[in-house]
Amino acid sequence: MSETLAVHMEHITKTFGRVYANKDVSLELRQGEILALLGENGSGKTSLVNMLSGIYFPDSGDISVHGNKVTIRSPRDAYNLGIGMIHQHFKLVEVFSAAENIVLGQPGAVAMSRRKNNLEVAQLAQRYGFEIDPAKMVYDMSVSEKQTTEIIKVLYRGADILILDEPTAVLTPHETEKLFAVMRNMKADGKSIIIITHKLGEVLAVSDRVEVLRKGEYVATVNTNETGKSQLTEMMVGRPVSLKIERPHVSPGEVMLEVVDLSCHNSDGLKVLDKVSFTVSGGEILGIAGIAGSGQKELCESIAGLYPAIGGAVLMRSELEDETIMEPVLGLRPDVISKKGISMAFVPEDRLGMGLVGAMDVTDNVMLRSYKNNKGPFVDRKTPRALAERLIEQLAIVASGAGAIVGRLSGGNVQKVLIGREIAQAPTVLIVAYPVRGLDINSSYKIYDLLNEQKKKGVAVVFIGEDLDVLLELSDRLLVLCGGKVSGIVDPRLVTKEEVGLLMVQDVTEASKGATEPPPEQLQMELPLQESTEEYFSESLNTEGNRPA
Amino acid sequence: MLDLATTLTMAAVLAGTPLLLGALGEILTERSGNLNLGVEGMMFMGAITGLLGSFLYEQTMVSAGIEAVGFVSALVALVMSFAAGAFGALLYGFLTITLRANQNVTGLVLTIFGTGFANFFGEYAGLKAGGYVAVSSVTKSAFAPLHIPVLSDLPVLGPLLFEYNWMVYFALVVAIVMAVFLFKTRFGLKLRSVGEDPAAADAAGISVSKYRYLATIIGGGICGTGGMYMSMVTTSGVWVHGCVAGYGWLAVALVIFATWSPVRGVLVAAIFGGLMILRMYISIPGLPIQIYEMLPYLATILVLIITSVRQSRKHAMPAGTGLNYFREDRE
Amino acid sequence: MSLKRAEKKEPLIRMVKRDDVSPRRAWAYRGIAFVLALITGGLLILALGHNPLLVYRDMVVGAWGSPTVIRETVKLTVPLLVTALALGLAFRMKFWNIGGEGQIMVGAIAAGAFGFFTADIFPSPLLITLMLAAGMLAGGIYGFIPAYFKANWNTNETLFTLMLNYVALALIKFLMNGPWKASGSSFPKMPMLAPAARLQQVLGVHWGWILALVLVVAAWFYFNKTKHGFEVSIVGNSRDTARYAGINVKRVIMRTMFISGALCGLVGVLQFAGTDYTITEGITGYVGFTAIIVAWLAKMNPYGMVVVSVFMAMLERGSNTIHTIYKIPASASNLLIGIIFFFMLGCEFFIRYRIVFRGRTPAVPVELTGNTGIMPASAASPFELSESEEAGNA
Repeated sequence: MSETLAVHMEHITKTFGRVYANKDVSLELRQGEILALLGENGSGKTSLVNMLSGIYFPDSGDISVHGNKVTIRSPRDAYNLGIGMIHQHFKLVEVFSAAENIVLGQPGAVAMSRRKNNLEVAQLAQRYGFEIDPAKMVYDMSVSEKQTTEIIKVLYRGADILILDEPTAVLTPHETEKLFAVMRNMKADGKSIIIITHKLGEVLAVSDRVEVLRKGEYVATVNTNETGKSQLTEMMVGRPVSLKIERPHVSPGEVMLEVVDLSCHNSDGLKVLDKVSFTVSGGEILGIAGIAGSGQKELCESIAGLYPAIGGAVLMRSELEDETIMEPVLGLRPDVISKKGISMAFVPEDRLGMGLVGAMDVTDNVMLRSYKNNKGPFVDRKTPRALAERLIEQLAIVASGAGAIVGRLSGGNVQKVLIGREIAQAPTVLIVAYPVRGLDINSSYKIYDLLNEQKKKGVAVVFIGEDLDVLLELSDRLLVLCGGKVSGIVDPRLVTKEEVGLLMVQDVTEASKGATEPPPEQLQMELPLQESTEEYFSESLNTEGNRPA
Repeated sequence: MLDLATTLTMAAVLAGTPLLLGALGEILTERSGNLNLGVEGMMFMGAITGLLGSFLYEQTMVSAGIEAVGFVSALVALVMSFAAGAFGALLYGFLTITLRANQNVTGLVLTIFGTGFANFFGEYAGLKAGGYVAVSSVTKSAFAPLHIPVLSDLPVLGPLLFEYNWMVYFALVVAIVMAVFLFKTRFGLKLRSVGEDPAAADAAGISVSKYRYLATIIGGGICGTGGMYMSMVTTSGVWVHGCVAGYGWLAVALVIFATWSPVRGVLVAAIFGGLMILRMYISIPGLPIQIYEMLPYLATILVLIITSVRQSRKHAMPAGTGLNYFREDRE
Repeated sequence: MSLKRAEKKEPLIRMVKRDDVSPRRAWAYRGIAFVLALITGGLLILALGHNPLLVYRDMVVGAWGSPTVIRETVKLTVPLLVTALALGLAFRMKFWNIGGEGQIMVGAIAAGAFGFFTADIFPSPLLITLMLAAGMLAGGIYGFIPAYFKANWNTNETLFTLMLNYVALALIKFLMNGPWKASGSSFPKMPMLAPAARLQQVLGVHWGWILALVLVVAAWFYFNKTKHGFEVSIVGNSRDTARYAGINVKRVIMRTMFISGALCGLVGVLQFAGTDYTITEGITGYVGFTAIIVAWLAKMNPYGMVVVSVFMAMLERGSNTIHTIYKIPASASNLLIGIIFFFMLGCEFFIRYRIVFRGRTPAVPVELTGNTGIMPASAASPFELSESEEAGNA
C-alpha cells in the first residue's frame, strides 16, 4: 500500500513554545500527483512541510518517503531523499549569480569554474523550458526570475518530490498560469508535487487532490474534481461562511488627499515612483493594486512623510481655526503633519518593524503616536493605558492586558492593536498597506469591517492590497501601479480580474490616457486587449471566479 | 631619497604584518557571518603563548642538555600562538554559534579576557623566571631577516622584497591562499553563502554551524599568529606588558578598508604599517611626535567616514555578519 | 532514496525556544552560572598552587575588611558606575559606544585646563563648577562626533568611538610631555592639582559617590518616565518605527550620545579632581571597557548597575590584595571578569531555550484559546523577540 506513496507523514505534532503548530497531522502524497495543501494563514501548512524539508524537526510522528521510514534532520537530509522545497521567502544569496545559487552546496570538484557552472545551468534550464540568465545576480532579478532560479535549484539537485509554499502570492495572474503550466510539465515528468495555498481558485485549477488543515489540525483529504469552493471553505474555516465582502454605498465627500506627479528614487538611484497622481475623497476606499515592488511601499511612505520624494506634491485637507485648505505636506515629518491640523493615519506593511515595537507592551505601543501630546518632559501613560484597555475590549484582542508585550501576540492581534491605534486618532485620511497579510479569515473580515466603518464615517481610505479578489470587492475605485507608474484607475465593478492583471504588467505608455483623475463611477482605461492575450485568458477564465457566490 | 623610500617601505611592511595577520583572521571570520571583536584579545593570547612556548622549549632543551634549534623554537611559537588564538575563537564560537550570545558583547569580553590572560601569564612567568621573560638569541635569530641567496642581493629589489623575516612571507602566503579559497573553490562559495545568507545556505544543505565554527576558529588562530609576531618580532622576544596595545582593533578596522578581500588587505596593511612608523622616519617640523601618533587612528576614522558615505553593494560587509542563526527562528 | 539515511536517528540534542521563564528561575540559572565561573577561576588558582577558598576569602576581605579598603572599593565603584550609566544609555539606543575611555580622558583634560591654570584666579566652588562643566562639555562633544556621522551616514560607531580612545590617549601623552609637563620633573608627567581644585570628601571619599547615587535614580527616571527615554528605546528597537512615530531620529542619536559622552566626561573630572589629582595615561583605569560589561550584565537597569559595579570593584580591589599576599599578578581580575562574563553570557541561552534530548518529547504545551468570535491566537505565529537583532553593526 505505502509503496505507491511518495511521502507519508503520520501523526505529526510540532509545538512552538506553548502553541501547537501541528497536532496529530497526517499527509499522503501519491506518486506523480499534485496535492494542494489548503488552509488559512496560521493553520500549520508551512510548519508541516518544513518538517519534510528539514527546516523543523517534529516533536512526534513518523515520516516515510517512498515507503521507507526516514528521519529528516536538515535540508541536506531532505535533498538526499529527493525532496526539494521552494520557500515562500526565497532562499537565495542576493550577491551571488543564479548559477552560483543553483550549484551552491552540491558536491563536485574543489576548484570551480564560473563558465562551466553557467553552461551547466543553462543546459538544465533549456531542458525544462525555463528562461534564465545564469550569470545574472539575484539582486538584479524580478520576483518571478527568482522563483525560476529556486525551481531550477531544486531540479538541479535531482528532486522528485517538490514542495511549493505559496508560490503564487507574488505573481501576476499571467505568471501564475505560466507556473501552473510548469507544474503540469513536471507532473508529466513523474514528479510528485505539494502546493501550499490558501486560494481556492488555484486549488481547483491545478491540483489532483486537496488536503485541508485547520488550526494546526488535519481536517480531510478530498479529490479535487469531487469538491467545490463552498465545501472547501467550510472545511477550512470550520463552519459555513459567506465570503462576500461588503461595499457599502457612501456618497463621496470632499477631496481629502491629492497626490500630484509624485516621484521617488530607491537607494540605487532608480525611479521607483514616476509621476503618480490621484485623489481620494472622504467616504471612499481607493484600492491600489500592483505586483510586489511596483512602488506601493514608497507611495504610502512618501505620503506619510517617511520616504523622500524627488518631485511632485502631496496635499491633504487641513482644518485649522475654521479654515479648510489643501495643505502641502510632502517632505514633512509625521509629527509636523499632524501639527498642521491634519489627522492622517497610516498602517504600514511592516507591522513590527515600523508600526509597532515588538518588545514593548500595548500601552507603550498605543503611546507611540501620541506621546508628544502632553506638555513637559515626562510621558503620560494614563491616557494611552486607558485607550489600550478600550482597544483590547472593543476589538476583542487576545492579550493578558494593556501590559502584554506586543511581539508575543499572534499576528491577527498585533494587527488589531496597530489598526485600532490608528483609527483611534479619528483620521481624515487612512492609509493601510497589506492589512490582512498573514491573518486568518475571521481576522481579515474584521479588518474589512473596520475599514468600511471608517469609510462610512467619511474617512478617505487608501487600501494597498495584494489579493485582487479582495481589492475588486472592497474598493470604490482601483488604482493599478506598474513599475512605479499609474497604469490605470478603474471602476472595480466594471473590470475583470484579468483586465487588472494585464494593467499590472502593462507598459504605461500604451495604457490609459489621462489616468490622472477620473470622475468617479466611470471606467477610465481603454484596454488594448490583443488577440493572443485574449486567447490566453480564455483558458484561465474558466477557473476564474474566486469570488464566492 | 631612494634609500629613505626603501627603508620606509621595509619598515612599513614589518609594522603592517601583524595588522595583516589580524585582519586576515577577521576577514575569514566575518566572511562566515561572525563579527568577532575579540581580535585584540586573541592576538594577546597568541602573543603570550607563542613567546612562552619558545621560552619553555628553550628551558626544556637547556635542562636536558641539548642545544635548542631556532627553527623548532619558531615552529613551537607558531603552533602555540595559533592554538591560543583558536582557543579564544572557540570560546567565542561556542557562545555565539551554539549558545547564540550577542556577538558584539562576546567579542568585547574575549578582548578583556585575552588581555587579562596574556598580562597575567606574562607577569606570572616573569615572576617565576626572576624578572622578565625573554627568549635566547637562538630563537631571536630565527625571527631575524632572511637572507635568500641571489634574490636578497639584488639591488633595491633585494632588500625591498627579499629581506624580511619569515613571518612576512607567511602572512603573504596566508593572504593568497585565503583569496583563492574564498573566490575560486566550492568550499569558499559555501563559506561566503553562510556569511551572506545563512538561511539560504542552510536550505541549500550547508551546515551553517560547521562552517562558522571552522572559519571562526581558523581565523582566530591566524589572529593569534599575528599576536605572536608582536611579541617575537616587534618586541624582539621579550614580554612587554600590554604589547599588542590597539593593533587588534586596527586590524578590525582594516577589514573594512580591505572590503573583506584578503589581497586588498595586504595593500591596506602595508599602508597602515607605514602610517604607524612614519613618525620615526619623517619628522614634520613643529608637529609633536605624540600628535603624529594619532595618524593611523585618524586615518581609520577618515576611511570609516568615507566608506560609509559612499555605500556600495559590491564592497559591503557580508549581509549575515553580526547575526546569529537559528534555523527554527521564524521570519 | 538511500536506506542508510533512513536509519538515521533523531538528533541527540535539540534546542527548543522557551516562551516565558519565571524571573526566579532565570536568576537561579544566573546564580548557577556565577558559581560555575567561580569554580573555573578556582581551578586556575589551584593550578597556581593556592587554595581557592582562601584566595577568594582574602579578595573579599581585601575589598571590605576595613574602613580604609571599603573607601578604596567605593572609589573604584564610582567611575565604573557612572560610566556604566553613560554607556547603558547609548546601548539602549543600540549605539555601541565603546569610546568611554576617550570620553573620560578628554573630560579630564578639559577639567585640567581650568584646574591647572586657573586655580589662582577663581574661588574653589566656582573653579570646581567650571571644571565639571568643561569636562562634561568636552566628553559630550567627543561623544557627539561619532553620533553625528552615525546619524547622517550610518558610520560604524564601534570602531569610530574606539579609534577616538587612542586619539585622546595620544593627546594626554602630548600634554604630559610638552605643554603641561610638571616643571622641574625629569619624567613626563603633569603637575598635581592645587588643593582648592580638589573635590571635598564626605565620609572619607570624594562627594562623587553621592552624585553617582543621585545619577542612578535620575537615570532610572530618564529611561522609564521621560519622553527622551521613550524615544531612546524606540530608536534602539527600530529606526523605522521611530521615524513613523514622528521622532527626529538623527537628533535623538546625537542628543543621547552627547549626554552619554558628557557623563563619561564627568567621570574624567571626578577621577582627576577626586582621586588622582593629576592626569596620567591610566586615568581611566580601564573603566570605559569594564563598564560595558557592567551595563550589559545589569541589562541596562541602573539599579542593577549599582550591584554589578560594586562587585566588579570588589574583584579589582581584591586582585590587588591577592597580588600582595600570594604574588598572583593583578591582571587576574581581568581574567576572572572574562571568565565570569563568559559564563553569564552563556547562561542566557539556557534561560531562552530548552534542550531536548533524543527520545524525549518536549512537555505538552497549553494551547492558547481565544474568546468570542476570534480565532485562537493563530497557532503557528508565536512572534518571538529575537534578541540576536541587537548585533547589527557597520
